[in-house]
Amino acid sequence: MKVKVISRSTDEFTRERSQDLQRVFRNFDPTLRSQEKAVEYVRALNAAKLDKIFARPFIGAMDGHRDSIKCMAKNPNYLKAIFSGSDDGDIRLWDMASRRTVCQFPGHQGAVQGLTVSTDGSILVSCGSDCTVRLWNVSDANLADSDNLSDNSAKPQAVYVWKNAFRAVDHQWDGDLFATAGAQVDIWNHNRSQPVNTFDWGSDTTISIRFNPGEPNILATSANDRSITLYDLRMSSPARKVIMRTKTNSIAWNPMEPMNFTAANEDCNCYSYDARKLEEAKCVHKDHVSAVMDIDFSPTGREFVTGSYDRTVRIFQYNGGHSREIYHTKRMQRVFCVKYSCDASYVISGSDDTNLRLWKAKASEQLGVVLPRERKKHEYLEAVKNRYKHLPEVKRIVRHRHLPKPVYKAANLRRTMIEAERRKEQRRKAHSAPGSIVTEPVRKRRIIKEVE
Amino acid sequence: MKFPMKWAVSLHRQFAASILKFQQPNFTRLRLSRGLSSKAKPPVTMGAKKENSDDEMDEKVKKYLRGDAANLEGVKDKKLKGQLAVREDLYGKSAKTAAKIEKWLLPSEGGYLEAEGIEKTWRIKQESIAREVDILSSRNQYDIVLPELGPYTLDFTSNGRYMAAAGRKGHLAIVDMKTLNLIKEIQVRETVRDVAYLHNELFFAAAQKKYPYIYNREGTELHCLKEHGPVLRLQFLKNHFLLASINKFGQLRYQDVTMGEMIGNFRTGLGRTDVMQVNPFNGVVALGHSSGTVTMWKPTSSVPLVKMLCHPGPVSSLAFHPNGHLMATSGRENKIKIWDLRKFEVIQTLPCHAKTLNFSQKGLLAAGTGSFIQILADFSGSQNYSSYMTHSMAKGYQVGKVLFRPYEDILGIGHSMGWSSILIPGSGEPNFDSWVANPFETSKQRREKEVHSLLDKLPPETIMLDPTKVGTVRVPQKKEKPTKKDIEAEMEAAIETAKGTEFKKKTKGRNKPSKRATKRREMIDKAKRPFLEQQTQERETSRKKQKTNPETEMPKSLQRFVRQKAT
Repeated sequence: MKVKVISRSTDEFTRERSQDLQRVFRNFDPTLRSQEKAVEYVRALNAAKLDKIFARPFIGAMDGHRDSIKCMAKNPNYLKAIFSGSDDGDIRLWDMASRRTVCQFPGHQGAVQGLTVSTDGSILVSCGSDCTVRLWNVSDANLADSDNLSDNSAKPQAVYVWKNAFRAVDHQWDGDLFATAGAQVDIWNHNRSQPVNTFDWGSDTTISIRFNPGEPNILATSANDRSITLYDLRMSSPARKVIMRTKTNSIAWNPMEPMNFTAANEDCNCYSYDARKLEEAKCVHKDHVSAVMDIDFSPTGREFVTGSYDRTVRIFQYNGGHSREIYHTKRMQRVFCVKYSCDASYVISGSDDTNLRLWKAKASEQLGVVLPRERKKHEYLEAVKNRYKHLPEVKRIVRHRHLPKPVYKAANLRRTMIEAERRKEQRRKAHSAPGSIVTEPVRKRRIIKEVE
Repeated sequence: MKFPMKWAVSLHRQFAASILKFQQPNFTRLRLSRGLSSKAKPPVTMGAKKENSDDEMDEKVKKYLRGDAANLEGVKDKKLKGQLAVREDLYGKSAKTAAKIEKWLLPSEGGYLEAEGIEKTWRIKQESIAREVDILSSRNQYDIVLPELGPYTLDFTSNGRYMAAAGRKGHLAIVDMKTLNLIKEIQVRETVRDVAYLHNELFFAAAQKKYPYIYNREGTELHCLKEHGPVLRLQFLKNHFLLASINKFGQLRYQDVTMGEMIGNFRTGLGRTDVMQVNPFNGVVALGHSSGTVTMWKPTSSVPLVKMLCHPGPVSSLAFHPNGHLMATSGRENKIKIWDLRKFEVIQTLPCHAKTLNFSQKGLLAAGTGSFIQILADFSGSQNYSSYMTHSMAKGYQVGKVLFRPYEDILGIGHSMGWSSILIPGSGEPNFDSWVANPFETSKQRREKEVHSLLDKLPPETIMLDPTKVGTVRVPQKKEKPTKKDIEAEMEAAIETAKGTEFKKKTKGRNKPSKRATKRREMIDKAKRPFLEQQTQERETSRKKQKTNPETEMPKSLQRFVRQKAT
């Protein structure tokens, strides 16, 4: 007869010395575990609750400006730093880790309307309502040897004066050109004191401008005549224009999908477009209750942050209709500019109350060095929470966010108004000949026309 | 007061020559000899072999998939459809990886017993097995004879490392099975009817004469559970931390041992019973009654989930297969029935007497009666049980309880003269998962596991017949309209209760008979009113339905102008 019985030798299954790790054996057979789904559900519930316990997104405020902050710029080569420009002409470079000003760049006479940094991190371009464009040298070497003086002031490398006040500036991603927006769109070179090229389509001021991260010659602008215009530098004439019902305050290109851009509109929504097909928005992101002032994408291309006139900062998913997160503080007034940090972990908001605020992108994230086991645990809890987040108990906890009362009431009011409008539309449809009234999807509704 | 322990261990082992049979490389599954005649194996060609292995992998993958893939045809939302498709793909990949791991990476192989030539497996005695096996395993075969302390019951911890033995005359002992060390023994000087381990080896509950008590590993009495009363059987639900007990009066109680809260207290209404088992798959408690019915209970309902008539006479024992689909019951009429719990049908009836039944992790069924134990196994996986091994003990040893030891090929037998342990190759799961149950647990690991299992403690509402329903959508049940008879019966019942109400006896001339009569009439009218209103409502709706003639259907926008024709 052939017989074998299970016999385990202790050495194979236990550790040899006390400094060894304990041995772990896995058997994934489902019959060894009973009621897996219920256990997962309980873990999801606990994970949701823990998430809320650890959700402390506000890190700190950077205080120093004496007037409201209108624009910010990130240096792509230097993770810790951020430039901010305010309404009294004060440009500061902040160190986010210590939340202090490293360097000041005085010079502008009026409000600083736009800030941008060249891709190699050497030049900071600022434009203002005093019709000047100033270039500053901000290479690493320059900043690294900042002495013990707390505010270092620097002298501009170049000052170019032009005809009209400027509203925005952006630097090309892969070249030497930068573009300013004002009465018309001007393309400048670092070394020339006059614009190399000028674009003009329509009679209204351009209020924001953005270069495409993938295609260095394409840029998008938005103007006061409620339009979004796409330009191609190689073509010397504007490419396409889409006119909406309300003005777009800011545009941001998706760094991972450079053909898509998202426009922050005055009607409290953000519209994501595919630049090749402007007749219809790809997605409408609705959640703000007042005009959206600024928008910035995360370097992962999966999320973007918006700051709005209703004193809140919201984080949306790139394809999500509603925000995943909302940040607000009693002290934070109208948010005029937001930036997503280059390591996708932080969000910086500049607001009317002269402060820059630093927030975590994921409110319950553990900062600092996370051990591999901790990271695995966090990932597992996130995954199990996402699996059950549609169930009522878990959903209630995951969705819950405290809103400031004015925002809550305004949101309710908007909801009733939209509902009323929808009901009226439905009744109109019911009382007319079938097919005579066609409802347009929201993605199309806000676009008036597209112009070549 | 401690009684001296007589470790009169009569050893069946013989010191075997150190011949360890080496594994043959292509034995991946449990190999058992086939039924009555050992068939000669046909020569297998290469192609067929490959097909066999493919089928094997498919089987394994199916096991890890845990059900069918979702049907994404009906999903209209494109985003959701894309996300679900990615998810389903991931599930498929992980199931394949798990199947591969099972085939190649698991450290231990299962046990087996194969008869050669004309010998049959059920003729093989324990002594001959002990001769063939290694020393460590043969040490696990023994009889502990303790004749004066009554029939013994056993319980193992979930990792199979520790055993609690309780003699009817009050002897409680905790033994470490790895080292065969006696950790603690106490004499409680009372009848002990059952013993059950709680979540780990530190706590066990003993059902004593008047109430169950919870003890520490040191033998200190921690709790006296007075509410349970004189308990006959105890069972512990692992995932929910619930101690279930059935007492002399047929009352089933569930108590949460973490906070001491009594979750449920139900009168079964079917009299005294001492047959109780927990289904490890879904956590329902099954009781076998003297009328031959088996009832299944959950802590949140006072009516049983299922009531099934299993045997013409009293049910003598009950056992659940770890996969949750099979249940074995035995009755006094010398029959063991194997039930499929999904359809509640008998799969097989075996002519075998059994006073106690137990399923092993690999699906072997042990049936004990008198001093004879029979092990039944299904060889082809088709749930067709047949005799695998037998063991007869010395005459006079009445088997009280058989219990397979988890993760080992060992069967523990509690009998009237003590307890024994015999080897049953192929009964235990060879590969344990450290996160589920670790026989080589250190105290640090035990503490961690306790904390984690407390965090994952399931609320009692999750106990249901089909545990995979958690997280799914509950389809709204269409409520059946009560028939006219039912409504009338309800009305009569309401009127009866109204008639039976006692009125306050008023004094000082306020208790006139006329007033009493009017009050009584008012109460009856009040009871009748809701039913009459319901009737009039129904009449109106039926009238309205009759009125709308499909020929004169107006377009939707003009419907509000349609005049109701007066009949």
